Parts: sequence; C-alpha cells; structure tokens
Amino acid sequence: MTAGSGVDGVPVRVRLNGEEVTRSVEPRLLLSDFLRHGMGLTGTHVGCEHGVCGACTILVDGEPARACLMLAVQADGREITTVEGLTPGPAPPGPDDPALHPIQRAFRDTHALQCGFCTPGILMTTAAFLAETPRPSRAEIREALSGHLCRCTGYHHIVDGVARAAELLAAGEGAS
Amino acid sequence: MKPAPFDYLSPRTLDEALRMLAGAGDDARPLAGGQSLIPMLNFRLASPTALVDLGRVDELAGVTHRDEGGLTIGAMTTQRVLERHPDVALRAPLLAEGAPWIAHVQIRTRGTVGGSIAHADPAAELPALLLVLGAAVRVSRAPREGEPEGRIERTIRLADLFLGPFFTALEPDELITAIDVPPPGGREGCAFDEVARRRGDYAIAGVAARVRLDGQGACESVALAAVNAGPAPMLLREAAAELVGVPPLPDAIDRAATTATAECDPAPDMHASEAYRRHLVGVLAARTLTTAARRAAVEDGS
Amino acid sequence: MLGTRLPRLEDPRLLTGRARFIDDIEPPGTLHVAFVRSDLPHARIADIDVAKATRHPGVAAVVTADDLGELCRPGPVLVPPPPVEGAVFHARTPLPLARAVVRYQGEAIAAVVADSRYVAEDAAALVGVDLTPLDSVGDYERALDPDAPLVHPDLGSNLAARVRQTKGDYEVARREAAVVVSRTFRYDRGVAAAIENRGIIAEWDGGGGSLTVWDTTQAPIPVRNGLAALFGLPESRVRVIAPFIGGGFGPKVMFYGEEIVVPWLAMRLGRPVKWIEDRYENFFATTQERAQTHEAELALDGEGRILGVRDRFVHDTGAYDSYGLTVPINTQCTLLGPYRVPAYDSAFDVVFTNTPIVTPVRGAGRQHGVFVIERLLDFAAREIDLNVVEIRSRNLLEPHEFPHDHGILYQDSASLTYDSGDYQPALEEAARRIGFDGFDDERRRAAGEGRLLGLGLACYVEGTGIGPYEGARVTVEPGGTVSVATGVGTQGQGHFTAFAQLVADELGVDPARVRVVTGDTAEFHWGTGTFASRGAVVAGSAVHSAAVTVRGKILAHAARALEVDPTDLELADGAARVRGAPDVSIDLGELALRANPLRGAVEPGTEPGLEATSYFGPAAGSTASGVHAVIVEVDPDTSLVEILRYVVVHDCGTVINPMIVDGQIHGGVALGIGNAFFEELVLDEYGGLSNASFMDYLLPTATDVPDIETAHIETPSPLNPLGAKGVGEAGAIPVAAVFAQAVESALRDGAPGLEILGAPLGPGKLFELRRMAPTDAAGAHS
Repeated sequence: MTAGSGVDGVPVRVRLNGEEVTRSVEPRLLLSDFLRHGMGLTGTHVGCEHGVCGACTILVDGEPARACLMLAVQADGREITTVEGLTPGPAPPGPDDPALHPIQRAFRDTHALQCGFCTPGILMTTAAFLAETPRPSRAEIREALSGHLCRCTGYHHIVDGVARAAELLAAGEGAS
Repeated sequence: MKPAPFDYLSPRTLDEALRMLAGAGDDARPLAGGQSLIPMLNFRLASPTALVDLGRVDELAGVTHRDEGGLTIGAMTTQRVLERHPDVALRAPLLAEGAPWIAHVQIRTRGTVGGSIAHADPAAELPALLLVLGAAVRVSRAPREGEPEGRIERTIRLADLFLGPFFTALEPDELITAIDVPPPGGREGCAFDEVARRRGDYAIAGVAARVRLDGQGACESVALAAVNAGPAPMLLREAAAELVGVPPLPDAIDRAATTATAECDPAPDMHASEAYRRHLVGVLAARTLTTAARRAAVEDGS
Repeated sequence: MLGTRLPRLEDPRLLTGRARFIDDIEPPGTLHVAFVRSDLPHARIADIDVAKATRHPGVAAVVTADDLGELCRPGPVLVPPPPVEGAVFHARTPLPLARAVVRYQGEAIAAVVADSRYVAEDAAALVGVDLTPLDSVGDYERALDPDAPLVHPDLGSNLAARVRQTKGDYEVARREAAVVVSRTFRYDRGVAAAIENRGIIAEWDGGGGSLTVWDTTQAPIPVRNGLAALFGLPESRVRVIAPFIGGGFGPKVMFYGEEIVVPWLAMRLGRPVKWIEDRYENFFATTQERAQTHEAELALDGEGRILGVRDRFVHDTGAYDSYGLTVPINTQCTLLGPYRVPAYDSAFDVVFTNTPIVTPVRGAGRQHGVFVIERLLDFAAREIDLNVVEIRSRNLLEPHEFPHDHGILYQDSASLTYDSGDYQPALEEAARRIGFDGFDDERRRAAGEGRLLGLGLACYVEGTGIGPYEGARVTVEPGGTVSVATGVGTQGQGHFTAFAQLVADELGVDPARVRVVTGDTAEFHWGTGTFASRGAVVAGSAVHSAAVTVRGKILAHAARALEVDPTDLELADGAARVRGAPDVSIDLGELALRANPLRGAVEPGTEPGLEATSYFGPAAGSTASGVHAVIVEVDPDTSLVEILRYVVVHDCGTVINPMIVDGQIHGGVALGIGNAFFEELVLDEYGGLSNASFMDYLLPTATDVPDIETAHIETPSPLNPLGAKGVGEAGAIPVAAVFAQAVESALRDGAPGLEILGAPLGPGKLFELRRMAPTDAAGAHS
C-alpha cells in the first residue's frame, strides 16, 4: 500500500493476528494507517496521531505500543496483534454477536465503554497488563490505564472492567 | 497529521548505518524508537529527506555489565527494558526507578535510551538520571573524506554532551552507540522524583540525586540534576557541593535545596511560572537528597 | 426491564472492533480532503495561488470560496435567541470557506482533494495563501474597549448580544440585606475533545440524483434538511447517516462549513469524497466553549436567606455566534440553582473575538452560573458564620413550591420553570455520605500530621430534555424481532439499550430481540438531534409512546387470532398469551405476518403491520438536580491536589438503566475535573492558540479521576410519560465549584484569606494564589 505519492514501496512482512502478511508500503505510511486502510483492520482507532490518546494501541511482539507512532516499515519482522486478534475465532457474518474474549466480556458486564472509540486500545493494554500483573490492585489498574484517554466513562467503570477481567482470567475462563 | 515523504534506509550493521547516515546528507535523521521524532513528522514540524532506521542494527541493543561492575547500555535498548532488566536493577537502580516516569508504557516499549539522549529534551528524565550517575556516551561515525578506513569513535561525558535545548555536542554524522554507566561506589544511594500535571507527562520539574557517604557518615560526593529546570538537562553543581564533607542532616539538605532553587534556570510556560518551577526544584531536591542519603546509609560499602 | 442494569446491546460490536465509525467507511474510489487553514487570527486574504498545488501528482482539485459560488454564503443561526424584551442580537455566521478575510486561527481557506490524505496534505502545503495581518482581539475582556480591533467592522463594535433578565427588585433586596457579598469571577472552559474527531464522507449518485453523506453529527436530520436546501434537492434524495460516533459532547451538533464543502466536492467530482479532521485541526475547526467574567453580588438577610442576586457578565463567543445565545442564557438561568431567589437582575454582553467559535460543550454554560452562585454562597456563609450545608439548606426550594416559575426565559424560549424536585433529601444524603458532620475533626487530625484535607459540597440544577420534539417508529418484524428507528444520533449514551428496554417492557420481548437504529435519515427523518441531555427524555418518550400503540395493535390482532378478549391477554416471552393459560398463545412474529395479509380483506380503517410511529414534544424541559461533594488533599509543598473521595447524589427522575446513568455521571464528573483542574486553552492577546495538542492541552486520565460514589433520588417528571429527566451533562456542572470550596477548606488554617475566584485551577495557579495569600508560608523552599 502506498500513501499515494508514487514513492517506491518497501516490502514489509509482519505476522498480523497470527497470519503472515507481506505488503509493499511507502516508507512514510503510519502503522495505524497500514492496519486500518491497508489491511482493513479498522478496530484500531486513531484519535490524536501524536501518541497521547492511546486509541491506536496495539501489541508489537506482545508489548503495547502506539500504532500512530510507528511507521509501517518499522513493523517488518514483528508480530502485531490488534483488537481483531483478541477476539477468539472469526467474526460471524451478519449482525450476530461475535465471541468475546474474557476481557471484552468483563468490559461489557461492567459498562466499561460508552462511545467505544478508545476501547480497542484499552483492551490491548489490558491484555498485556494482566498477562504480567494477574492480580492487580485498583491503583495498579489506574496506573496501567494512564496512557489512555477516555472522554466518556470517567474511568471508574473501566477500572471495574479490568478488575473483573482479572477475575475471569484467574478463574480460567476462556472465550465464550 | 501525516508525515511528508522521505527516503527510508534500513541498515543491518553499525558500519552500514554510519555510512548511510553520512551519505544521506544534512537533512537526514537517524530513526531510533521514533517516539519523539514521529510526532514531529506527523505535525510536519520535521521533514527530513531521509530516515536511517536503526531498528535492525542488532549490535546497538542490549544491556551488558562490564568487568569492573559498570553497565554498558546499547543505544537502541528500550526504556521498557531499562525498567525491567535485572542487571539495571542491581547495578544502576536509579535507572530502574526513574524509567517508569518516562511517558507511558506504550511509549517506553518503543522509546530508546540513545534516542532520548540524542534528542536532548530538557524536560526528559533519562538525561538527568544519567547525569547524576556520571555516565558517558560512546559515539561513532564513518570516516569523512580523506580520513582512513574504519569507524571513528569517541566518548563524551554526559556532562559535556548537552549544549542547549534539543542541542548536543554530536556531529550530524555521529551516532550514539552505547551508554557507559559507572559502577555504584561504596555507601551510595540515589533517588528520583518529579512533579508532573498527570502521570506520564513531561515533568513540570524533576530532580535526580546521588549521595555517597564516607566512613564517618558525611557526604563524600553528591550529584544533583534537574529536569525541565533549564535550557538543557543540567547538573546542579553548587547545590551538590554544599553537602560535600557534611552529614546529610535536614538543615544541610535544606540549604542545598535552597541553593538548587537559585542555581536552576527554568523558563515559564503554560503549566508553570518560573517561580513555581524553582520552588519545585527545591522541594524535590530536598526529597531526593533525603531519600538518597537514607539509602546510602544502609549500604555497607563493600 | 425499566430500572435494570442491562448490559448494553451495542457493546459486542464495539468491543471487537466491528462497529463502524466514520473513518472505517470508505466507498471504492474515495478521494481525500485536506483543508488549508489560516495561521493568523485575523487577516485579509490578499491572494490564493492554487496552481502549484493543483499540478501536484495525485491531486484532483483545489477549491476556494470563489469556486463555491452561490454556496459561499453565511450559514443560518442554528438556535434563534429567546425573545427577551430589549435584547440585542447581531447574527454573524461563518462562510463555508473564508472569502477576503479570516477572523480566527484555523478558519478554512481552501480545500485540497487528492488520492490520499497524505498527498492532500503535501499539496495543501503548496497552496500559496498570501495573508495580510490585521489587528486582532484575543482577550474578550478587552473586546469592548473603544480602541479594540473589530472582528466584524460593519457592526461598529464587537458587541454580539446584550441581554438583561430580571425578576423582583434587586435594588430593594440590596437595601434590605444584612449581608452583601460581591466578587469578580473568571470561569474558563476548553474543548470538548471527543476522542474521535469529526469526519464526513459524501457520495453522489448523479444518475439517481441522490446524495449520501456519512457524518459525525449529533443532528443528522437537520444536516440532511440543510444540505437538501443548499443543493436544491428534495429532502428524500439526501440521506445522512450518523454511524457509531466516538463521543459528541456538544460541538458535533453544529452545522459546519466542511459539511457543505465535502458533499459539494463529491457532486462536482463525481467521486466519493472523505474528510477526517485531525487532532490539530480539531483545536481550531471544531467549536469550543470558553470564558466568561462575572461581576456578581449576593444579598442575604441575617439568617443567610437569599434576598437577591445581581450579575453582570461578559461571554466570549469567538469570531461568530452561530449557535445563538444558548450558552450565556444557560449561564443566566442555571445561576439560580435549586434556590429561592426573590430578586434577580442579570445582564450579559456577548462579545466577538478573533478566536475559534464558541458553542455548547457538555454543561453548556451551566457550570459558569453554578460556579458564581455556589462561590457567593460560600463567601456569604463565612461572613454569617454558617456552614456550607446550612446556608444551602436554608435556601432550597421546597417540594410544595413546584412547579416553580422563575419568571425569566430559558434557552428553549419557554419560561424557566422547574417541573419537580426534592432538594433537601439530596443535600442531606450528600452531606451524610461525604461525612460532613465529622469532617472538621478529621481535618484537624490530618493537619496534625502535616496533611491538608478539604471538603467541598455544591448544589445544582440542570434544565434538560427540552423540545421541540423527537419521533420514533416501532415495528414488529415477521421473524419476531422488533425494530426501533429514531432520528436522534447516538454518541455512546446507550440509546440502543435504553430504547430496547423501553420497548421490551411494553411488548414483552427480550431486549436482545429489539434492534434500534438511530441517526439514519433513511430509517427515520423527523426530529432534531442529541443535545441538551434530551435523548432519553424526548426520543425515549416517543419510543415509549410508539411501543404503547404497537402493543395495542398486537393485543387486538392476538385477541382475534385466539378468540379471546384483549384484556385477557398478556405479552411475554415474545408472544401474546392468555393470562392463566400460557399455552394458548401466538408469537409476535406470526402476528406480524398475519397483520400484513397477502390476500383477503382488511377491515376498513386498520393499518397493515404491527407498526406505529409516535412523536413526543415536551411543553418544557424537565429539571434534573443534584449535589456533589468531594474530599481533597493538597500537598503543602507542591500545591498538587489529590481527590480522595467524590460523591454524587443525583435526581434524574425515573432511571431507565442505572448502569448507564452512573456511567453518564462518572463521565460528566471526569470532564468537570478536567475543566476544574487540567484543561485550558492558552490564547494570547491576539487570539493565537499555543497549546493545540494533547501534549499541552491536558485531559484527565485514569490516575486523575477517582472512583465516584453515586446515589439516586427519584422525583419523576410530570412532563413526560416516563417521568425521566436528562442526565448527560449533570456530572460536569458543579465540579469546579466543589473543588474551589474544597481547596479553600484544605488551606483554611495556613491561608484563611485565600479565595478561589476562577477555574481552571492548576497547581501552578494554586501556588501563585498561596504565595499571594498574606499568611501563607507556601512551603519551606520558596
């Protein structure tokens, strides 16, 4: 994919949500645009394009990173996980509810999202955070969430959601 | 907020990187973690003609400890690694303590130690932390016209590196390859603290302190550095000198802190007046010196 | 279902990244727009040279005001000012693209259309805009100075509006007062900062003569109507779809120039055209809320009872006043609070400045008024030696006083009348929960340990759920699912769930079987939009009413089918069944099929299908109310303030879904905390903005907003069938007032004279206030 200015593409090979993909990209293409518009993974949202809001947070080799602060070419050879890769199994066709990851279920149970725009990034940070800190305190959860801006929820229910997700994961609950 | 076009160079070795950087012209920039550079590209505040991506130069990453006990930190080591590396926790605990103050985890997983130093942001934490540790950077460049083959290397003490806001003693064709951190000596303790508007923000002001005690409990050496309290990352030498030779008792620490408020050179901005910044430097100097001295006192000095 | 904490039906789509937001939509062949905007707050456009940009590879068009022709005319005033006697209002609205003059930094001058946004930005940098700077006014307090540069020179001054509303005789009240408290307050406000910026995609079907526009608007139907009128198209040929929207908070209700230029480009170029606002643009191009300065006076008797209030204030409307007087009128009305105020004399000047346009942002001026009255009560309490709860308690309206007509006009041009409320229990509950009675001891104990604790408590009312009307259509589908369509857009308020709950209750179906569509004019095209905390109240009432009608149709059909009397039927589990004999039943889907017969005769006067459309228009808004209380700790050395506890006792009438209501309150408080402590647009005296990024414009994060304890008081509104009152803005309204009181309380011993007369109040400002306060040491090292 090019950003459209006719500059020669650079090959990029990434393991994206478990699948090898190779594309030729213009060097200036942001990873966020590559994922959204090149690969059609529009669950990764873009809110500020300067690395503050956190909506575009993805996992790079399992660690959270801002997709708007990476060039697609920098992802070459990396493993990338987006919110689409968090959900177990392929999404069903039509309006039916897809299967949910325990973190996603916990967020729904606790009303941890309103407009839902910042949510995918928060889910990715939460996944990495709970893998490392399976029994977090509320203060630790707040600290872990501090790299995300949410304008709707006031965070209270998001903290509840992360705490609930930790419980679900500790209870060994898989995807529904 | 999309970057302007640029050429992209992706070296695999340091020599290749140095050659590419030297050959790409004055408007080329090395790309380390990109966590400061890419926002500038997105705002089009920077429009380099070419980026030399150091991300695949494996020899630039990693933390090793040297025989004498010090650490060598590869320039492309991420701040997240610094935060969690067992050698860092053991041999330079101040870096492990200070690293979590750098932005948010999603930035630290990409942001690098070398990139942060080369960027020379007076509001950044890492330069101040490394200043009080007496660190030095190893710098390399490709030979220039007329020079013999082989890369040219030099070492610059951190204290000599920062010349002004976003301005260092590095030449345009030079790259930081590693940072040498000396081993902790004897009864030594360090501390870092900062005041920021929000978690993860650049500090309104921050202070890093290192205190080494002699056998009698007096300060043998002291280093103090301030974040966002001057045009460049800066050591507060007068304030530190105030404590040398005396025990780190509250009165002495308060005197040093008062000196720090005068010695720092902050500018006002939308978040803080000059007076508030000076005041905070004093508060934080007192806090970090107290903590550092307490930590030094429990070291056995072996 | 009503009143249950039903998890939201829209969440699975949002949680899996499958919900489609504006930038997720891209018809094949889409072109992308970047706007060229003014760097200067005020300038004459001497020349625009588009030649180089037009020749740039990948560029389809570069257009300016001249290319727009007839379309380039000032837009309408979206909300006509209320007919206050003697009021002055000068309407000045912006052009879609600036012609000849730019009046604020960021005003759009040209649009570049290209194959990608990257290339569009490349070419935008090549457009040669020659601006001749003009003198500009950025400081609203100086806008009426005789030598102030004029934003609209034809007016001869920067006065946009002047309104005075009075009740009783304040001068008499003042003469009779035992205590008079007067202060000057400056209350600033920032940007809405929805995490999703705005965006528009337009697709023109030249053959069919129809225009489809996806738009991040809170008001899709007015946008549809506006576009149809501008382009001379029948309204039925314009479809506006508001997809999932990443937060609204007010500014997305505006009708912006980009909403005209982008569809026009699509029609002109015959290709889909897309514009996605970026964060930098958002700080200028999306409307904001900003400062007011109040000179206010409160007259009380010796027991602390309010005799009257006098207020004179200046409101900054930015370069244009497209949204009428909604914000300052809200301020003027909401200042009266839950109190008995016999005499009120309030006048304001609205001034033009060379700054981005000011329109409602969540709270919409109400918090300014609440700040003024609550602060005045705090200062009066000190003078009379009452505590902050007691002085409020003595002035609250009592239940027998409702409906209470204040005798002045509200933003909806109706008389400001509170429909219902019960304020005393809310005040007591908030005081009890925050531990008001024992707090002074707690504060002194903490002070002994060198910790500075403070408590704040403030009351507010909020006029919500205003007209004119909304509508909804409820349809039982042959499969047994129920479809609901309404015209309001939704930006995260949980309408998909709340409306499903209302319908589920009436029709006896599982809410998961109720499919709600909002914000698509092809599905429903009557209504006004989501603003003023009105979605659940007004559209919810319409949904309810339509569901009631459908219920009647179901019962009639089922009675015929089952050969029983309708009164013997109940609706449950997706079927109509005979009470006491649940085996005798018929599914709603089957009934829906029968209600649309393919052969045979239909009884005269009946309509096919199990469907009804209803409208609801309240005569006036319902008045929500509440009390917030907080405990803060001030770091004596750094002046940082930490929130230890936050309590909200709120009355929004009947609660449809308590979980959603709590979420609305939490979010409002967070926005209020932002405005009280973190968020500030830094404008220079010329109108230049110096912090247009999330690095420097600080939104509160998870470590800045505490857990929020909520409690509900329910006094149902008599003005709608649900008894509901709005809740969308309540959380944001009293926060700055509560904080100011709490911080003063924490500093009472060291700085008894310290007064907080403005917002926002960051630690830097608090440090300066403490330095100025005569008896304060402000830490050991200053």
